[in-house]
Amino acid sequence: MSKFRKNKKGLPAISTASLPDIVFMLLFFFMVSTTMRETDLLIKKPLLPSANEVKKLEQKSLVSTIYVGKAKDSKYGAGDKIQLNDKLSTVKDVRAFIYSERAKHNEDEVPYMTVSIKADVNSYVGTVTDIKAELREINALKISYSSKRGNIKDNF
Amino acid sequence: MARRETPEINAGSMADIAFLLLIFFLVTTTMDVDSGIARKLPEKPPPGYVPPILKEKNVFEVNINRNNQFLVEGEYMNIDQIKEAAKKFINNGGGTNEDGEECTWCTGERDPRSSDHPSKAIISIQSDRATNYGPFIAVQNELEAAYTELRNELGLKLYGKTFTALVKDLQNDKKNEELKEKIENIKNKYPQIISEAEPTQ
Repeated sequence: MSKFRKNKKGLPAISTASLPDIVFMLLFFFMVSTTMRETDLLIKKPLLPSANEVKKLEQKSLVSTIYVGKAKDSKYGAGDKIQLNDKLSTVKDVRAFIYSERAKHNEDEVPYMTVSIKADVNSYVGTVTDIKAELREINALKISYSSKRGNIKDNF
Repeated sequence: MARRETPEINAGSMADIAFLLLIFFLVTTTMDVDSGIARKLPEKPPPGYVPPILKEKNVFEVNINRNNQFLVEGEYMNIDQIKEAAKKFINNGGGTNEDGEECTWCTGERDPRSSDHPSKAIISIQSDRATNYGPFIAVQNELEAAYTELRNELGLKLYGKTFTALVKDLQNDKKNEELKEKIENIKNKYPQIISEAEPTQ
C-alpha cells in the first residue's frame, strides 16, 4: 500500500474547488447581459432591414414592440400579419395595445414611451403605414423602425 | 467520549447546480439589443387645419414605386445617389428663412431654384402601399445620413468635433449643459423635416 502511494505522488489532482466560482461568474454575466424572451413569435422571425444610422433604444421597459411579418401557421393565411403581445391581431387592435401598455406606466413616463416596429424586409409599407396612422390617432408619436446594423444594399 | 465533529457538506455538486442554472439562462434569454431608426410622427392636425402652402422649390420629393424604384425630384435615381442629392438640397441656402436671415453656415451652391434655407427645406417621402419595407427603410436611412453628415460638418467647423461625437460625449456626461447647448444649436441649424405623404394605392 505504501509503495502504491509513493508512485502516485507525482501527479496531484487538479483542484476543482474553484469550478463553481467560474461557472457562477459565467452565470452572472449571462443574467446581466441578456434579457428574458418575452413573447413567442407567431409570425416568422422578421428579417430586419439593415441600416447604418441606427440608434439604440434605451430603457427597455418603455418600449412596446409591434411585429409585422408572415404568419408561421398557414391557417392564418398569407399576407402581412401584425403581432401584438402573444396573438396575431389586426390594425384595429393597435390602439387597445398601446393603451394597455400605457396603463403599465406612470403618467409622466408616457411621453417617453417608444413603439418599436419590427417588420420584415419583405413586408409591405402599406401595413406599416396603417399602424402608423393608428399610432398617430392616439398620440403615440415616438416610433423606431427596428433595424440591424448593416449595408442598406441588403434591403433590396 | 470525544465529541463527534460535524461532517462537512460536500460541495462537489455545486458546479453541477451552477451549470444547470447557467444553461437555463442561456436558453430562456436573448441577447439582441433593440436598435432602429428613430422617427417622430407628426401630431394629429386639429380639425379645420389648413396646411401651409409651400413653394415647390423648398420640397424635396422622393417617390418609391411598387417595383422599389426611386424617383427623386422627377429624376430616376439609384439608392446611393439619394444622399448626395438630399445634402445638396438641404445645404443650398438660396434664400432666407422666415425672419429674412440668410443661411450663413450653408456651403451649398445657393441656387435660387433650390431650397431657400435649411429650416424651410422639407423632404417628402411618398411610397406605394405595395412597396417593400426594406427599400423604404433604405431611403429613411439615406436621408438620416444626409442630415447627420451635414451636422457633422457643421460641428467640425464650429466646435472642432463632429455632431456624432458630441452626442456620444453627452451620453457619457448627461448633465453637461454646455454640450447640450452645442447640440441644440447644430440641430436648430439643420432641423430634420421629413414628411411622409399618404401612400398611393
